[in-house]
Amino acid sequence: MKLPRNLRAWITVLVAMHAVIACAGFFAPYDPAEQDREHPYAPPSAIHFRDASGSVHSRPFVYTLRLEAGSVDHYEEDTLASSPIEFFVTGARYRLLGIVPCSRHLFGAGGTRVALLGTDGYGRDQFSRLLWGGQISLLAGLVATALALTCGLLVGATAGFRGGWTDEILMRLAELFLALPWLYLLFAVRAFLPLTVSPLEAFFLVAGVVGMVGWARPARLVRGVVLSAKERDFVRAARGFGASGIYILRRHILPQTASVLLTQAAILAPQFVLAEVTLSFLGLGVPEPAPSWGNLLANLQQYSVLTSYWWMLIPALALTPFFLGYLGLASALQRWADPSKMEAVGPGAWR
Amino acid sequence: MTRYVLRRAVHAAFLLLGVSLLTFLFSALAPGRYFDEMKMNPQIAPETIAALRAQYGVDQPLPMRYARWLDGLVRGDLGFSFAYNAPVGPMLRVRAANTLLLTTIAMLFAWGFALPLGIWSAEREGRWPDHLVTAATAALFIVPDLVLALGLLLFAVHSGWFPAGGMAAVGAESLSWTARGRDYVLHLALPVAALVLGTCPMLVRHVRAAILDVLDSGFIRAARGHGISRRRLLFCYALRAATNPLLSLFGLSLGTLLSGSLIIEVVMSWPGLGPFLLEAILARDLYVVIGGVLLSTVFLVGGNLAADLLLYWADPRIRAERV
Repeated sequence: MKLPRNLRAWITVLVAMHAVIACAGFFAPYDPAEQDREHPYAPPSAIHFRDASGSVHSRPFVYTLRLEAGSVDHYEEDTLASSPIEFFVTGARYRLLGIVPCSRHLFGAGGTRVALLGTDGYGRDQFSRLLWGGQISLLAGLVATALALTCGLLVGATAGFRGGWTDEILMRLAELFLALPWLYLLFAVRAFLPLTVSPLEAFFLVAGVVGMVGWARPARLVRGVVLSAKERDFVRAARGFGASGIYILRRHILPQTASVLLTQAAILAPQFVLAEVTLSFLGLGVPEPAPSWGNLLANLQQYSVLTSYWWMLIPALALTPFFLGYLGLASALQRWADPSKMEAVGPGAWR
Repeated sequence: MTRYVLRRAVHAAFLLLGVSLLTFLFSALAPGRYFDEMKMNPQIAPETIAALRAQYGVDQPLPMRYARWLDGLVRGDLGFSFAYNAPVGPMLRVRAANTLLLTTIAMLFAWGFALPLGIWSAEREGRWPDHLVTAATAALFIVPDLVLALGLLLFAVHSGWFPAGGMAAVGAESLSWTARGRDYVLHLALPVAALVLGTCPMLVRHVRAAILDVLDSGFIRAARGHGISRRRLLFCYALRAATNPLLSLFGLSLGTLLSGSLIIEVVMSWPGLGPFLLEAILARDLYVVIGGVLLSTVFLVGGNLAADLLLYWADPRIRAERV
């Protein structure tokens, strides 16, 4: 099957971005929980090519930071202590893709710590936390998407295929879920689950809650497709030949829902990632010390952090390339699945 | 007309009943209870806790609790907050009014921007205004509400032009009414801006798609053939024919607005339902959570009902179909 060019391009971009996050351990110079109490709230490291005496180096370097006299969070560069940036250095141990033990990192600085996006209140490297946090946030979003689509497929196929009162009950239930503003619904479900849990439990909790809350829309769409597919001539013919309901569903009807499910996946995934980010931001999701895109931003709820340490806002921007990728993928998919509908309205119709 | 209105209203009522049942069922599954923390406290006798539980009615089985709560709801009583030791109703009313104020203003602005922009870009389809609008909406699409709110807050803090959060300055009561009005508007500006920027892209895209759909149809081409002016064609013919999808969109956009305002209120500490609900969740304040969620549903369902009725008024096809 030949995919259109723009669809292939978006898939490539998304796969590349996810690959970077999946290999967070390699691209991140440090362990996300590694603290450096000497340098809390250090600004992003300045990468230099020219040293204090004016001579230009071919290898970029950073200066060691030291506190300005009489200050607790203002740093100055110690121009006598420079450390070159090195590539493929050995550092903190991690497991590549969660399996392969490894200790090689893309870059690092010999004598000091290089913090591309600054450090947080414990002196943890924000860049490393951003990459590692992406694993949790993206995975939670993808797991939730898979869950919502599975539930939606099961419910929608059952409702559409069985019809009658099954259909009636299931669709009324879906209507209930759609009648609530999405974030309020998420809050309500989250409200009645345990508040203080370990990061791992929290991860599954968040993915589960988000997935559970989001099943209604895919279910309705799948039901529509199944309803129309059921009446196609070749399906009727198969039925006439004595094919069983399960066989017809599996062989003839479910394959037709594929394009709807794919498009929904591209629309739902970023929203579910955002749901995790929102929950963690509000302290209802993945807790510290595990990094997630949401709890990286949680610090900003303190006024002093917002006013003094602007670099703490950078993780917020990490979301945008992923959203762009998924937006592009969704409209490319829509166009591919239904070329007559050239004007893809795009996702975000509900949030 | 009456039959249609009645049917929609009954439908809305059943929807609300269902949502209330759903939230109650969720709350029954909850492992933590407000009074659980008291059990850890050796200073509080178990009898006291039992008495408190009886007083608030949480010791009864779920159907009883639900029936009692529904009974109260009919009389406008939303239950009792454990944390505030006060009835939920009046507290929620103040917060809900603030949320409604914020969302209504934001909605007016969002539609005020989205309609002309959508029409403009649909009319110039494929030319630079269209590309400009499409690119701008795409750019806003990929910035989540949370980030938007944080960014605007950062801007407020660094520029000093706007107050950073809240609804009124300290001591605003003592100001003259003009100064108070100004203070109010300044406090409203950023939350409204965040909400409008968050909702507008979706609206613009849908308006554009709806108008494009109509512009493609035969009667518009016929009208154009008759030499009817572009403006008249657009505003009298196309817009009128697109009322149906646009009114449906209005109902749909309410949910987006309410969800958006939830997070923006928390970030910008606007004293609406959002922060109140969050606080209640963290304190396991059962009836506040249920009341807040239900109230948000009332807004959404009410808005959709209004959209349905407007649709009935605006679209003769529905009138012919349903009477």
